[in-house]
Amino acid sequence: MSVAETRTERSAGWNRPPAVEPEGEGELLEVAMGPHHPSTHGVFRMDVSLDGERVVRLKPVFGYLHRNHEKIAEGVAYLASMPYTDRLDYFCSLTNNWAYALAVEKLAGQEVPARAEYIRVILAELTRIQNHASTIGFLLQEMGASGTPLMYAFREREKILDLFESLTGSRMMCNYMRFGGCRVDLSSAWIEATKKVVAGLPAFVDEFEALLTGNEILMARCQGVGVLKPDLAVNAGISGPMLRASGVNYDLRKVDHYGIYDRFQFRVPLGDHGDIYDRYMVRVLEMRESIGILNQALQDIPLGPIMDAKAKLRGFRPKPGEAYGRIEAPKGELGFYLISDGGPNPYRYRVRPPSLINLTVLEDMCLGHNVADVVLIFGSVDIVLGEVDR
Amino acid sequence: MVDNELKIELGKQGILVTTIEELYNWGRRSSVWPMQFGLACCAIEMIATTMARYDLARFGAEVFRPSPRQADLMIVSGTVTKKMAPQVVRLYNQMAEPKYVIAMGACAISGGPFKQGYNVLKGIDRYIPVDVHIPGCPPRPEALIQAFMTLQKKIDGQPLTGEGRPRFLDADAQCEFPVPEQGAHDLEPPSNQGVWPVEIQGVGSRERRDIDGRQVSTDH
Repeated sequence: MSVAETRTERSAGWNRPPAVEPEGEGELLEVAMGPHHPSTHGVFRMDVSLDGERVVRLKPVFGYLHRNHEKIAEGVAYLASMPYTDRLDYFCSLTNNWAYALAVEKLAGQEVPARAEYIRVILAELTRIQNHASTIGFLLQEMGASGTPLMYAFREREKILDLFESLTGSRMMCNYMRFGGCRVDLSSAWIEATKKVVAGLPAFVDEFEALLTGNEILMARCQGVGVLKPDLAVNAGISGPMLRASGVNYDLRKVDHYGIYDRFQFRVPLGDHGDIYDRYMVRVLEMRESIGILNQALQDIPLGPIMDAKAKLRGFRPKPGEAYGRIEAPKGELGFYLISDGGPNPYRYRVRPPSLINLTVLEDMCLGHNVADVVLIFGSVDIVLGEVDR
Repeated sequence: MVDNELKIELGKQGILVTTIEELYNWGRRSSVWPMQFGLACCAIEMIATTMARYDLARFGAEVFRPSPRQADLMIVSGTVTKKMAPQVVRLYNQMAEPKYVIAMGACAISGGPFKQGYNVLKGIDRYIPVDVHIPGCPPRPEALIQAFMTLQKKIDGQPLTGEGRPRFLDADAQCEFPVPEQGAHDLEPPSNQGVWPVEIQGVGSRERRDIDGRQVSTDH
């Protein structure tokens, strides 16, 4: 069966027949996993049809955290949406800020000074490391390693959050980027503290890998489970570590050349099989590449202004037009699409959330697997419900 | 009641004097098991609180139970949307007494930054009684610990008989609350009058007046 065929058949409606033929004679068991489920990363429901232990149909139910982000943003000034972007993917507020700032800068034609670009790269890569570490921790938590890997991840995450807090004033909701630059400048003490934290990160990743990569249980539960084929991944618009674990070489940092990523030496890790284990491995390797980028950026960061001299924060009214700004967020391609009618607030504000779009292939990955694997496959997608439902 | 100084003096001699009430409440407050129940951003800070740095285990509350039947405390950690509110109330009803609620963060208290949103419940205390509110967006882990300590103080101060005794010792007290349903425009009812005495004018019940101030029909 080709990919196109399966997807058209599935879009026939929720009451469609099972996508996989049941084996036995008995009835199918319908299980609603969620919205209160300990492993659904928030409020999300999966209605699963089971043939014994085997999943034959899966229906995701969204909207339990729909907070009207886009509608609110159309009613407030451009800058007033910046704190709301923090709350999209609440693990990675700084990359959300960057994507939104990038879209508005395109719309208004602003230039970002070199120092601000370096600050953005440093913060984005720190965000990527703490996001990937936490994701792996949660994945292991769902595998039954109750607490311990997550504690290792959060130990490092706290160190990075301390850096965020000392720079931006908030642990999670940083609200730091501005159109045309950044809000406050880095101090040399902050750079020294960051260098110290970054110097400790390779040891953390080594320790993490020593515990997990060769772990018998992890390999048994993850290898060959939840395989996502590259052609389906491309067709469905999957991005980020999910796509690269399927072997598709697509990283916006390399493809789009946004910011100053051209100046850094880094590789894009790719997977071979597209299973959960590859997704785990790609995230570990991305953490290592991020550490490399951080070392280069902390070394080369120039002095200078952090705001575009022409940038206007008050009375900001971009010319009529539209712009789409996208970055490689830790979870995938995060884009903001804005239409301006010349007024102080956007006429249309749309988020392209990587979490939601990566979730669309959940059923394709889960079919035929045991119900216990659904939780793992779901965890390996790496979603945050604030971004899925917005 | 034993005089406090005498109690300390006896304690020095190795004699423990206490009351049933004190002992009972000490036991109750030292093992408050929260429900593993995250809604939004605040849930991440809740998880951070249980991790090594903040270590909620010091307060006897590290055991997060996935099932409401085994939990004593519900931490409403994040935005409650109108789609989620019925499930939150239902989960609360499923918890066994004694049960307590912490409303964590601006969203759980009042809707927070998303208050103007059409799909956001403006505070969970419209439907269930809340014991401790923590402001913040999101509150820091220290704030959640503070809320725990406040809750422990509240449990410590509850007499076992008479006025102000906990609900599970009062046969007439209401332990379950009506679950709201999705109406034509909004949740029905817009609030539970028992816990939220202020009447809320829902969108559906709002009086519409024409330009001269006459009331017009709302049936459309």
